[in-house]
Amino acid sequence: MGVIRTEELLLNVGPQHPSTHGVFRIIVKLDGEIITEATPVMGYLHRGTEKLAESLNYTQIIPYTDRMDYVSAMTNNYVLVHAVEKMMGLTVPERAEFLRLIVMELQRIASHLVWWGTYLLDIGALSPFLYAFNDRERILQLFNELCGARLTYNYMRVGGVKWDAPEGWIDKVKDFVKSMYGKLDDYHALVSGNEIFLSRIKGVGAYDAETAIAYGLSGANLRSTGVKWDLRKNEPYSLYDRFEFDVPVGRNGDCYDRYVVRMEEIRQSLRILEQALEQFPPEGETMGKVPRVIRPPAGEIYVRIESPRGEIGCYIVSTGKAEPYRLKFRRPSFVNLQILPKLLVGESMTNLVTILGGIDIVLGEVDC
Amino acid sequence: MQRFWDDPVSWEAAGRYALVALALLAVVIVFVTYAIYFERKVIGWMQFRQGPNRTGPLGLLQTVADVAKLLVKEDTIPAKADKALFVLAPALAFIPSFTVLAVIPYGLNLPFADLNVGFLYYVALSGVTTIAIVIAGWASNNKYALLGGMRSAAQMISYEVPLVLSVVGVAMLTESLNLRDIVLRQEGYFWHWNVFPQIIGFAVFVVAAVSELNRTPFDLPEAESELVAGYHVEYSGFRFAFFMLAEYVYIYAIACLTTILFLGGWNAPFPQLDFIPGLVWFAFKFALIVFSLFWIRATLPRLRVDQLMGLAWKALLPLALANILLTALGIEWLG
Repeated sequence: MGVIRTEELLLNVGPQHPSTHGVFRIIVKLDGEIITEATPVMGYLHRGTEKLAESLNYTQIIPYTDRMDYVSAMTNNYVLVHAVEKMMGLTVPERAEFLRLIVMELQRIASHLVWWGTYLLDIGALSPFLYAFNDRERILQLFNELCGARLTYNYMRVGGVKWDAPEGWIDKVKDFVKSMYGKLDDYHALVSGNEIFLSRIKGVGAYDAETAIAYGLSGANLRSTGVKWDLRKNEPYSLYDRFEFDVPVGRNGDCYDRYVVRMEEIRQSLRILEQALEQFPPEGETMGKVPRVIRPPAGEIYVRIESPRGEIGCYIVSTGKAEPYRLKFRRPSFVNLQILPKLLVGESMTNLVTILGGIDIVLGEVDC
Repeated sequence: MQRFWDDPVSWEAAGRYALVALALLAVVIVFVTYAIYFERKVIGWMQFRQGPNRTGPLGLLQTVADVAKLLVKEDTIPAKADKALFVLAPALAFIPSFTVLAVIPYGLNLPFADLNVGFLYYVALSGVTTIAIVIAGWASNNKYALLGGMRSAAQMISYEVPLVLSVVGVAMLTESLNLRDIVLRQEGYFWHWNVFPQIIGFAVFVVAAVSELNRTPFDLPEAESELVAGYHVEYSGFRFAFFMLAEYVYIYAIACLTTILFLGGWNAPFPQLDFIPGLVWFAFKFALIVFSLFWIRATLPRLRVDQLMGLAWKALLPLALANILLTALGIEWLG
């Protein structure tokens, strides 16, 4: 008898698979349980947002941005309205800008909580998911009171925000921030030191800073390698230059560092919120002076901000009409995902889930 | 004392056997029904949820409804599955899980079979379930099921070794593999229980047992986030119900076994508590272990497949062997 003949197993993961966080598909070649090749297939959730936008006016595009990264709709709203405002040279009232910043930071916390919960679920721990969604629920309640929606807010407008904060809302946010600090400590106590958890994520899916930059990674995926790059600090927009906060960075660029960076970002967001809520102007306009029909002057602009997932950019080409000639979103989930096939080779099926979860993608944003 | 298994072979004796076995089956089915309910409730409370609370008072009929649904579901067999094996696997998984219960003594005079090699009987038969799982994974003709089946084979075979070796210490102390005798040798109160002299063996046994049960943190064969459902991904309806049933009957069996081997079986922990019947003590210790299993499930993440093997061969096996040596030295020096 010679050697037993073995062959590679072609395994189709997704688009209906619990750990691809939506309709993402990877075709992997397996040698035993070791991946020898991984080919991502995208586009199952493509809705043609950018093409649709070409026949819509700017206010009508805002609800479409809600549906890109549906875990972090507020930052998407902001990147669009911010780009248009910059093009038209509009000024936004201070109270409106404060409200925007507060909802964006709340959104960052909510988004990181979703990531934390689902990541632990991927790794096999059931309970953190429920705890995280409990806290996220409180943020969604706050958003609901503010703008009447829980997921797709359609809150921001060119020149301001649609709704002013209802009475007592700021105090509720203050309460939330205070209790969230304690919750965060609880979560660290519950999960961050768990031996099984650490052994699952330490040293898994590591890459260095050069690779990260070459692949155009941003957000926690980039910062985990030690590159201190946060657009809130490096190219301050909104009111971020007024507040004190740190940019957490990792060292090894592995899943563990990404975990630590994201968890620390929640704390930094809470710090920003604390300061913003203190300085919140007691009264003022929430809508600036905006022409009735928004027609940015002919030209083009690229604006980028720091979404929970990384650098989200909005590129607008205007011909002076009410609709954009071309609208392009740089979606961090899509760009960050490009490194996946490289990371997966040589890993096991189990690590596929760990690494994909660690990148933190939202399919609505990948496919746009 | 006259015990029913000492009777001469006759139709009457056979009838009695059948009746007792049916009664045990009923007990086990009720246990499984309410263990599932209890698990969902306990984990629900641990996660700030309600758990099932709609079907029947307090949701008590939830599992009954679930099982009824499974029984009336269409029986689907994948077109390219190996039909004979596909049909065989669920039965092969369930039958040994129920047969091992024969040797469990619930009270002094309550074993169904007083076997001299009770523990070996348990281990030998429960190993058959592993084969059933591999067969299920193979026969489904599904890649996820195959991966789950292979993982399961590797895992269960690896963990059976420390599981058996961890009990060797108990056998040395009690000089028996008969489960009834093992409990009798732990008579007296809690300081006579095997859990204290055999604390290493107990720890190894519990870890290996959780792994044998394929439960979190060792639920790799059915790791949902990777393999969707693992070996039973193609099963539905009552065939799936049989796998579920086997899994929970093994929980029942392992909880019984732990109680017997390490926690003194039906013995009361203190002399003052002797008035409580042995069966109640047995049930209490048993429930404690079942609860712990659910508790672990709500707490821990899952191990990776290579880490799982490392744990079995590099940590549990040496510990179990060291325990045998220590026990031998203890018996030699301390008597």
